Amino acid sequence: MREVEVNRLGDEVKEMCIEINHFLSPDMKEMFCKASKEEESPLGKKVISQLQENLEIAEEEMIPICQDTGMAVVFLEVGQEVHLVGGDIEAAINEGIRKGYGEGFLRKSVVSDPILRENTKDNIPGVIYYKIVPGDKVKITLAPKGFGSENMSRIFMLKPAQGLEGVEEAILTAVKEAGPNACPPMVVGVGIGGTFDKAALMAKEALTRKTGEHSTIPWAKDLEEKMLGEINKTGIGPGGLGGTTTAFAVNVNTYPTHIAGLPVAINICCHVNRHITREV
Amino acid sequence: MDREITTPITKEIRRELKAGDVVYLTGTIYVARDAAHKKMEETLNKGESLPFDLTDQIIYYMGPSPARPGKVIGSAGPTTASRMDKYTPRLLDLGLGAMVGKGKRSPEVLAAIKRNENVYLAAIGGAGALLSKSIKEATVIAYDELGAEALRKLEVEHFPTIVVVDTLGNNLYESAIKEYQKS
Repeated sequence: MREVEVNRLGDEVKEMCIEINHFLSPDMKEMFCKASKEEESPLGKKVISQLQENLEIAEEEMIPICQDTGMAVVFLEVGQEVHLVGGDIEAAINEGIRKGYGEGFLRKSVVSDPILRENTKDNIPGVIYYKIVPGDKVKITLAPKGFGSENMSRIFMLKPAQGLEGVEEAILTAVKEAGPNACPPMVVGVGIGGTFDKAALMAKEALTRKTGEHSTIPWAKDLEEKMLGEINKTGIGPGGLGGTTTAFAVNVNTYPTHIAGLPVAINICCHVNRHITREV
Repeated sequence: MDREITTPITKEIRRELKAGDVVYLTGTIYVARDAAHKKMEETLNKGESLPFDLTDQIIYYMGPSPARPGKVIGSAGPTTASRMDKYTPRLLDLGLGAMVGKGKRSPEVLAAIKRNENVYLAAIGGAGALLSKSIKEATVIAYDELGAEALRKLEVEHFPTIVVVDTLGNNLYESAIKEYQKS
């Protein structure tokens, strides 16, 4: 067994919180470059160029890209040969988030209770998922999620007879309803299959995929390409102010499902689609 | 058309603005989001007066990230306006001039905008670092306990916005989308 100190993982999380809220990943930056050339609306082009300028200012002056520095979503893939030592893993990850948001001057956006709504003032707890995988490494993926776009996310429990057409309609419905609220150009994470909860989790995981990469399942890849085309025909455009760049990518994840069901979850992310992965 | 405006945003100024105009704001604007709106509503329900005079003022829907030492404010982009829809018509009827946010508004808000000849301006969502550069001063004037959601007064210079809904009710979100719709 390889021993890994839980505090070491917490320290990584702290650094990742600060890094990704100021430095958007290269795959996402590439999307802005592409859009600046392809966008047809003059106002849309202006919005894209201002968003690029925003990214530069964020890096140079260490001002968060967006004031909504998100609720921290953490995916931990723990190798089954790893022995986590030195304390409670959940507490260590949350401590990493707490330090990252405190020391990094990031906004504290978490309330302790969904109804009573008292701000925890340290942005914890995060939303933490664990997966046990083969090997002796720990892979940490952090995706701080802003709620302008999170609020526009949808889940549909379709009937199997609705098939692919029903899925396409569901995705377009979610995107059109989201419109300017979700800070387009968006990245659209889609989870198809599994159960109610599995579909939602897949949609969230799909947002952490390197933007521009496609599903390895032929029909899912076709769906991603077709839906990106359709979404960009809606006219919503950058900032919702009209244009041909409404989404940067549609990422589809799938899972086997029940004979009676076709769950489809659509997790929408704004153009500040923050995701960062490190391996320990 | 590009316009430079010094606040307060009077009815005369508002009437000149058309959906789609780029408007740069200079002067005092106020910041309030969900929790501050709820507090303002409670204050009005008690028959008390608000922490500032609404007349021809601008409310920016925003909750900044903390300022680094020596800085005025952190990242400071707009939040989704529709969450304030429940509270907005009353504030407009009481004299509020304009709002800065992002995203669609409810039919009730759109009706109040038309009724009182207001404008709804959008700032670019997710451009909080860029927008913070136009903010020269920031002071918490009430509800400090709300942290990021406290009521703030800002001094802005050349703060970029776009007119989404004008005094006649023209709506850029609807018209611009139609222009680029291809299906």
